[in-house]
Amino acid sequence: MAVLDNAAAVPAPRGRRIGGRLGLLLRSPLALTSAIVLILLVLVALVGAPLVQDFANTQNLRLRFFPPFSLEHGPGYILGADALGRSVLAQLVVGARTSFLVAGATVALASVVGMSIGMVSGYVGGIVDAVLMRLSDIIVTVPSLLLALAVLFVLEPSVVNLVVVLAIARLPVYLRVSRAQTLELRERVFVEASRALGARDGAIIWRDIRPLVVPTVVTVAMLELASVMLAAAGLSFLGVGLQRPDVDWGTLVSEGREYLTRAWWTTVFPGTAILITALSANLLSNWMRASADPLQAAAMDPASTREEAARP
Amino acid sequence: MLKFLSVRLTTSLVALLGVMVIVFFLARLTGSPAALYLPVDATDEMVEAFNRQNGFDQPLLVQFGNFVGDALRFDFGQSLAQQRPAAVAALSAMPQTVLLAFVAMSLTLLVAIPLGTFAALKPNSPRDSAITMFSLFTASIPDFWFALVCVLVFSVNLGLLPTSGQASLLSWVLPVATVMLHPVGVITQVVRGAMLDTLNAGYVQNARARGYSWRRLAFRHALRNAALPIITVAGDRAGGMVNGAVIVSAVFAWPGIGQVLVDAVYNRDFAVIQAGVFVVGIAIILLNILVDLIYAAADPRIRIS
Repeated sequence: MAVLDNAAAVPAPRGRRIGGRLGLLLRSPLALTSAIVLILLVLVALVGAPLVQDFANTQNLRLRFFPPFSLEHGPGYILGADALGRSVLAQLVVGARTSFLVAGATVALASVVGMSIGMVSGYVGGIVDAVLMRLSDIIVTVPSLLLALAVLFVLEPSVVNLVVVLAIARLPVYLRVSRAQTLELRERVFVEASRALGARDGAIIWRDIRPLVVPTVVTVAMLELASVMLAAAGLSFLGVGLQRPDVDWGTLVSEGREYLTRAWWTTVFPGTAILITALSANLLSNWMRASADPLQAAAMDPASTREEAARP
Repeated sequence: MLKFLSVRLTTSLVALLGVMVIVFFLARLTGSPAALYLPVDATDEMVEAFNRQNGFDQPLLVQFGNFVGDALRFDFGQSLAQQRPAAVAALSAMPQTVLLAFVAMSLTLLVAIPLGTFAALKPNSPRDSAITMFSLFTASIPDFWFALVCVLVFSVNLGLLPTSGQASLLSWVLPVATVMLHPVGVITQVVRGAMLDTLNAGYVQNARARGYSWRRLAFRHALRNAALPIITVAGDRAGGMVNGAVIVSAVFAWPGIGQVLVDAVYNRDFAVIQAGVFVVGIAIILLNILVDLIYAAADPRIRIS
């Protein structure tokens, strides 16, 4: 019993912190709704997509442009049918999986790589730092959509290529945030203590700096989720993102566009799905930012990097 | 300041060189561009002749040297679809894009600065929540979809606005609104955050305690001090408006660099894509220098150092 008590006592602060965060979330109806909507959408995308895959590809030419909000042909066609008589609802569910997969994989890849480079760059400093920051400047110089347009023009449209291109375009965000924080952490006493005890640089970065950089990066990643989703959809809309048989919400909007005046629902519903997802992610990350400690809020301020650069 | 600007210019030139490396290797990623330029059923002799004619049989470093030399003389080769130099095609489209970005950014600031300030004047009030909600909402709308829905509602159903072209002032409404959409949301948030910081500063609270009008204090004094982060993000977003311009050209057939690039993608016109990336890169470097100058104008501390 006593042993159990002890074991429970040690991780208590962490548990309380997470509990406190959850408690805050429960008291904020807007943020809570956003979180629930996001979780539901992810569940639908992961569980629902394999189930309706066949139905989504079922063409029924008698149901071409079947209008929405009618149960005449069963609940599968409640959001209408597209130009080939496929259920818009089922297409949305299948598209959701791709959209979430692309956005999630991009943010994960960009944040892990960006954070690693940023921490090393900030910790090592000197010429390595200068070179890495110039590289990040180059990426920032070319607008993301343009870069993606040019790269995807040469490469074949596929999920992997889309993720890699988007991740490279978003890399500087994480790089700058984690570098800025590492620069500050590097001078702190506990890092100095580790160094005095003979810890190697790699160990200091991993054990002392990383745990403090991760929360900031997670907050930024949440914020990025929405913009990456919008960017991916935009590329698919322009025809360089994904193409059939891969389908995401952007592809659906672009397909529906041809029949905009005849069947508004094939365009409006996929766009609404993107809007709802992006809004939920933005509301949640806005709440996270507001509830996080002010230091983090300052560190992720996009303005801080230039102000730093402007100072002598 | 001069020293700072020259450092800035040097790093920009390094960035430009980097952009050129990217463009060069993009061109070489597919092996020889012959695959892009020649018809699918081209014979081996045709490919070889093409390679020799364009110097693709030389070592990569020599090719890169030639490419950089040509690019610095603004020569990216001939556009396949337009029968004129690619650089001319890209450059002649820039004024329209710059004009669109300028109008959209001016309107964005006109909307975002008052909104963000009013939100910051009474933090956590219903007014603040409404403005925050509005800004998050505009930042969450897919811009290409917004453009399509606007065409459907205002052009097709109501017949109020033209669907495309640049004929009248009315045809500017939807493109400008589409390009503004995301920046308005983002910049309102930035203004709100920066103003909150400044309004809480000691000197502002001091002036307020002395009886200065709160609103006047905010717009006259605090706003100037909150300007730096706003300028930064506005500069970033102005550069990002090229993204919006691409979308606008795809939906409204709006002439400009976006139109040129989208056409180039559909026509497999690689020289134009290269020239377009390069021209936009230069435009953004110029924009960054402009932002630095505005920075110096806004903050004497930067001017002196």
